[in-house]
Amino acid sequence: MTPLQGCLLVSALLFAIGLAGAVTRRNAILALVGIELMLNAANLNFIAFWRYGPHPEALSGMMVVIFSIAIAAAEAAVGLALIIAIYRHYRTANLDEMKNLKG
Amino acid sequence: MMLEIALELDGRNMFETLDQIFVTLKHQAVGFVPDAWQPLVSALISVALIPLVFATLFAFVTVFERKGIGRIQNRYGPNRVGIPLTKIRLCGFGQFIPDGIKSLTKEDIVPRAADQVVHFLAPVVLLIPVLLAYAVLPMGRNMTAVDLDAGVLFFFAVGGAVELSVFMAGWSSHNKYSLLGAMRAIAQMISYEIPLILSAVTVIMIVGSLKTVDIVAAQNHYTFGLAHWFVFTPWGLAGFILFFIASLAESNRTPFDLPEAESEIIAGYFTEYSGFKFALFFLGEYLGMFAINGLGITLFLGGWTAPFSFLTWGPSYVWFFAKLMALVFAFIWIRATLPRLRMDQLMNFAWKFMLPLSLVNIVAAGVWHFMGHSPLRWVVCTSLIFGAYAILGWGLMHNQKLGKRTYHFAD
Amino acid sequence: MSPVFLIIAFVTLFAAAAAMSLRNLVHCALSLVVALAGLAALYLQLDAQFVGFAQILVYVGAVAILIVFAVLLTRSDATPNQAILAPGWIVGIAVSAVVFATLGWAALNSTGLPKEMSPAPVATVKNIGDMLMTQYVLPLEVIGLLLTAALIGAVIIAMKEEPLSNSGRSRSDGASLSKKSEPPHVGSYGSEKEGGGV
Repeated sequence: MTPLQGCLLVSALLFAIGLAGAVTRRNAILALVGIELMLNAANLNFIAFWRYGPHPEALSGMMVVIFSIAIAAAEAAVGLALIIAIYRHYRTANLDEMKNLKG
Repeated sequence: MMLEIALELDGRNMFETLDQIFVTLKHQAVGFVPDAWQPLVSALISVALIPLVFATLFAFVTVFERKGIGRIQNRYGPNRVGIPLTKIRLCGFGQFIPDGIKSLTKEDIVPRAADQVVHFLAPVVLLIPVLLAYAVLPMGRNMTAVDLDAGVLFFFAVGGAVELSVFMAGWSSHNKYSLLGAMRAIAQMISYEIPLILSAVTVIMIVGSLKTVDIVAAQNHYTFGLAHWFVFTPWGLAGFILFFIASLAESNRTPFDLPEAESEIIAGYFTEYSGFKFALFFLGEYLGMFAINGLGITLFLGGWTAPFSFLTWGPSYVWFFAKLMALVFAFIWIRATLPRLRMDQLMNFAWKFMLPLSLVNIVAAGVWHFMGHSPLRWVVCTSLIFGAYAILGWGLMHNQKLGKRTYHFAD
Repeated sequence: MSPVFLIIAFVTLFAAAAAMSLRNLVHCALSLVVALAGLAALYLQLDAQFVGFAQILVYVGAVAILIVFAVLLTRSDATPNQAILAPGWIVGIAVSAVVFATLGWAALNSTGLPKEMSPAPVATVKNIGDMLMTQYVLPLEVIGLLLTAALIGAVIIAMKEEPLSNSGRSRSDGASLSKKSEPPHVGSYGSEKEGGGV
């Protein structure tokens, strides 16, 4: 198993863990944590391919990951603001109880 | 061994030897070890020296602070303990020995409802990033522990990890006031991190590199005997003052010490810590203070360079530590003089004054660079920064209805 | 597959699994911090210095603190008494296992992966800065715009709304809110004040 395949396996496992958590946990915040883990797994994939692939001097893998980190931060901020706003309405952060479409 | 060092001068005079004495000693020590182990031993020596030197400095500075605050408040600080078990007083500078023994032998009380694991880990999580931050500070010529390509970014990255330990300490104590103090401390640290980083960005922009060694080398030129420190430029002076104020806030020092104010919230996020863990928090706070002052010296005050060209014979590490002690003394002086800021005053100051001013500072630094070497650029940059300062200051202060200032002096 | 890589990968995966399965949300957030720091160490091991430090600065220094603040502001910081897993969680675990199996099989049996190891690339900050200003300047400006929009948007969404006195709509919302039962689990400090012995 080459180092590249090792990195890919780690990122696949991280993605699967993030997916499992995002889908099964009840709390809204943990769903966001799962999404962050999935994003990080994808970033690891990019860096692994940048490092072990052809033309690493083009820096394309690093660039994508830099932008991905920035976007993930923005998305986490907005997502958590949404959860706080929803909490103010429903008084709970439990995803199963947020089932009314009418405010 | 000293004779060998003295004999292998080969062209260097005494001052250069003195300047590089620690580097030479380390090379000699590493030379004793077989070749395969040499990188590891070299790294270990560099790493081991940092806690040794700065923990000793911490011990000295705690007593220095208490004496300094005492003198400013017209009283003596600790002046009894010199060398223990003797009658030699040493002006009280041995006070750290009984303090250390006290904190080591005090009972370590952990509240029953506290989260044990997180409560235990919080001081550790504080100390590790703070010690990591020293790795990129150039403390002398060729005396940087690790010369990272993205040195300043590394410093700010580990500085951000300190906030996590503040939260862990406050939350795990299971105490309303600790949590409140922790939330306030984190809000304050996050707010002041932005002017801190933005004022450092001006230096990075002008130097063109994130390496701390390059930043110091860019300031190592002399014109008419005066060094090219960035603090002698308009944007550098404004940047240094912003960096200094933001570093006061990052270290939770007065006037920004509401999170740990003794008269308001007992001790804030480390109320429930006693004994050695409290000593670790104390140590972490002071080490953080030294680290951020060290970065301020590297960025604005020329690192290990001498201010005047006729003083370059002095060893570089002496200059670095002299500047560090001067900044620490300024911290102590401000602590003894200024009253505490309220939370909303603090946040207003960060977001409505320091952030816009640091953005204007970046513009001024750019204007400075692109105007070339002319006396006009001094006028333009100074007026830009001063105009922004006046406008922002008016914006903060014009609604305040302050009474007439009266002074009462002690007889 | 150096031992350093194996250790860091193991720590990261263990912390990520802990982040998704612990009961107490604050413990989950702290395990997430360990996982993100482990990922930063992996980036450093793959010679991506700038990305590693940026990961610590952004994720550990900011996103983790955000998550912790959100946990505290939604009063989720006490250990919950109810079940923590949504109904139908078995399907979720099965789906993620299938996803991992597919990705793992693709990674191990793919023929398109480069076979030889290229030497360590030189990714100085200067190169990154040059590329950001020449080839990637449009994404850079767009990211600036995006971050500004996210900042303003997050502040507006999370801001407390002023109750309007002349429109009846928010009044009825307030009435329905107060009629909704107190959440079954009061905030951490109140319920455990007597038993905690602080």
